Amino acid sequence: MLTYIAKRLAMAIPTLLIVITLSFFLMRMAPGGPFDGERQLPPEIEANLMAAYHMDEPLWQQYLRYMGNLAQGDFGPSFVYKDFSVSDLLLQGFPVSLQLGALAIVLALLLGIPMGVFAALKRNTALDYTLMGVALGGIAVPNFVIAPLMALFFGIVLGWLPVGGWNGGALPNLVLPVVALAIQQIAYIARMMRASMIEVLGSHFIRTARAKGLTEREVIMRHALRPAMLPILSYLGPAIAGIITGSVVIEQIFSLPGIGRYFVQGALNRDYTLVMGTVVFYGVLIVLMNLIVDLLYSLFDPQIRYDD
Amino acid sequence: MPHLTRLAVAIGAAALTLTSLGAQAATLRIDNGAEPGTLDPQRSSGVWETRIIREMFETLVSYGPEGELVPGLAERWEMSGAGDALTLYLREEAQWSDGEPITADDALYSLRRLLRPEIAAHNAQLYYPIEGARAVNIGEAEPESLGVEVLDEHTLRIHFEKPTAWFMQALAMPEAAPLPEHYLTEQGERWIEPGQTPVSGPFALEQWQPQGHITLAKNTAYYAADSVALDEAIFYPLEDANTALTRYRAGGLDISYSGVPGQQFEWIEENLSDALQVGPMVASYFYMFNMADDSPFSDVRVREALNLASRREVITEQLLGMGQIPSYWFVPRATSGGTQGEMAFADMPMDERLERARQLLAEAGYGPDNPLEVELRYNTLDDHRRIAVAIAAMWQPLGVEVTLNNSEAATHYANVNEGNFELARYGMVATIDDPYDFLNAFSNGGTAARSTGYENAEYDALVARSDAILDAEERAVVLTDAQQLLLDDYALLPLYDYVNLALVSPSVSGWHNTPLDVHPLRYITLEE
Repeated sequence: MLTYIAKRLAMAIPTLLIVITLSFFLMRMAPGGPFDGERQLPPEIEANLMAAYHMDEPLWQQYLRYMGNLAQGDFGPSFVYKDFSVSDLLLQGFPVSLQLGALAIVLALLLGIPMGVFAALKRNTALDYTLMGVALGGIAVPNFVIAPLMALFFGIVLGWLPVGGWNGGALPNLVLPVVALAIQQIAYIARMMRASMIEVLGSHFIRTARAKGLTEREVIMRHALRPAMLPILSYLGPAIAGIITGSVVIEQIFSLPGIGRYFVQGALNRDYTLVMGTVVFYGVLIVLMNLIVDLLYSLFDPQIRYDD
Repeated sequence: MPHLTRLAVAIGAAALTLTSLGAQAATLRIDNGAEPGTLDPQRSSGVWETRIIREMFETLVSYGPEGELVPGLAERWEMSGAGDALTLYLREEAQWSDGEPITADDALYSLRRLLRPEIAAHNAQLYYPIEGARAVNIGEAEPESLGVEVLDEHTLRIHFEKPTAWFMQALAMPEAAPLPEHYLTEQGERWIEPGQTPVSGPFALEQWQPQGHITLAKNTAYYAADSVALDEAIFYPLEDANTALTRYRAGGLDISYSGVPGQQFEWIEENLSDALQVGPMVASYFYMFNMADDSPFSDVRVREALNLASRREVITEQLLGMGQIPSYWFVPRATSGGTQGEMAFADMPMDERLERARQLLAEAGYGPDNPLEVELRYNTLDDHRRIAVAIAAMWQPLGVEVTLNNSEAATHYANVNEGNFELARYGMVATIDDPYDFLNAFSNGGTAARSTGYENAEYDALVARSDAILDAEERAVVLTDAQQLLLDDYALLPLYDYVNLALVSPSVSGWHNTPLDVHPLRYITLEE
């Protein structure tokens, strides 16, 4: 198992290097730069800015400088958020995004899995249609529609919950953003779970289990649930990496200090170092999540083993 | 046991006292519109930064409650008769929040740092009138050669290369504020730290959670601390107008600088009329012509024709409807300095304007067989698109065929800066409240002149001359002449003057709509 993990991590290094290199040059190929704004700068000032950020050097030299710093764990200073290094920004915002994302995933699993299972068990009944109809709605209505409506209804009309702000992660402030983040995930997981459960229920080992005289409850809980969860598990790797790195929409609507907005703002502002920081961060998370999911597979599927 | 009871009572009483103290603390909650990139006065570039910085670092010359220039850390100043030297007398009682005195050395240190090339201050050019400033800024001279001298602990003298009428405005900019030399030399360049950085203004930085909030707390060492009513101000970086509006309505904000979304303006006018603040702004919305030799816009007749056919009132009243002022000029009317002048056709009936436009285009060689084809570039934003579509429709009767091309801001401005456009949307917001800020852009070496290729030696001479005239009335005449020349050349296509929009809770008093959008917190009070 340890050898396997070490091998996987070693394999990740060239992948990350390619991702970083491609992102570096693609970002620089985009027209415009970090100092192109509505207020045009006089040539003297622009020259000072270019020199201050080493942007007057040839691109290959900037690339080598960046990689050299990165090797020492230095993501560099942000071009826009000048009082912070990129590492500061990511480290300060990540706990917020992580907390929101983790809660949303837990909520999505707690609701999505039972919804899918019930829908599968009561296939083609009113319950199935209702649950899947709701799930389809969750997928179809984007969160930039749902989230402001929730803020308006629960925050202003009913006055039950704060309409935004982080407030140190207080529970009332978490409710709306977590639910808004989770809705789509609940819908995906429920639909995936239903399809997978139906497939598992039709397989030979379930027929055998039923033939042994097990109750339906035992069949589901002991034999069907675990294999039916496998597609969810594969989905969860990238989904978790995506959701715990924040959502620009949810963060803006509920004004939360997560890192989701850096992915979009960094690119729009041509904040080169911030974009690279988010790329590296996200890349590493994806690699780790996929590794964890692959390791978990062995728990859910006895046919998979990572022997040394 | 009695001891325990007494202890419990004491703790209870202390808790009650703390709670009541907390309830009395006057905390102003402000939607700042965006996350500041920096609170270092000399590296900042946007109003969402300077709004906070101004509270932390008082300038030598400051702004009063209604945006007028008032003494700041300098209690008085004298300009020499020839306008070549300015002597500033700093308040002797002023001190940094850590107790160190604020001296003329701090002011000198700040001006030298501001011009150091590696600081790359965006507005460094505003200080080029100081002797030797440009040479320092481009790295050709040492900062010590700057023409600023310390006469004694509280007296500073600035020597100018030439008299400059608007220099007091530049001194009121946050980047010229004295900086705590003792702290900066010790800390190095990472010197903005919550709870640490010594400040000279009415408020100190207490907390900064990026994208979350910035808390400023009253600086008790401020020289006029007794007159400051607020204990605390919290700034939230709300970027989305609808989010800000919702938050305001839920009672989470006292002031919102981004909470007036265009689509909900009518609703706000009806339902939040006691909070809505609309006022003139020193900012201009216009289209730029590329006047390079091979462009159709090198012909003044074409530029005039398109200006004639643009119905500005339709845009301001029917499309936007938020109080924007249709403009037949370049320098926004809210600018101080009394610059007048407008396009010659401003009062002409629309039929006549269109007739003349057709005639001009025909003279320039455009007609049904050879229609004028134009590409109009704008940065992606719904209002820019709506305006561009309307303008294209207004020009259609002249047979002008407009292709719209939108791109996100960085790409758009890069294209404009490189002169890679035919016709481009542009907006200019004043840095200082002076016509020079606008007119200089189109003069020799100015940013707009470089992008558009506009050249007029007479105009350049007028703008350069206006700079050195210290008499306000005389200067207004020259500036008006300069603007009229620019307008007679139809060097741009002005559309409207922007307005400042804000939501200010009725419980806030002492807040005034000012053309530069500055609202010093020291004059603001909060009622229960």
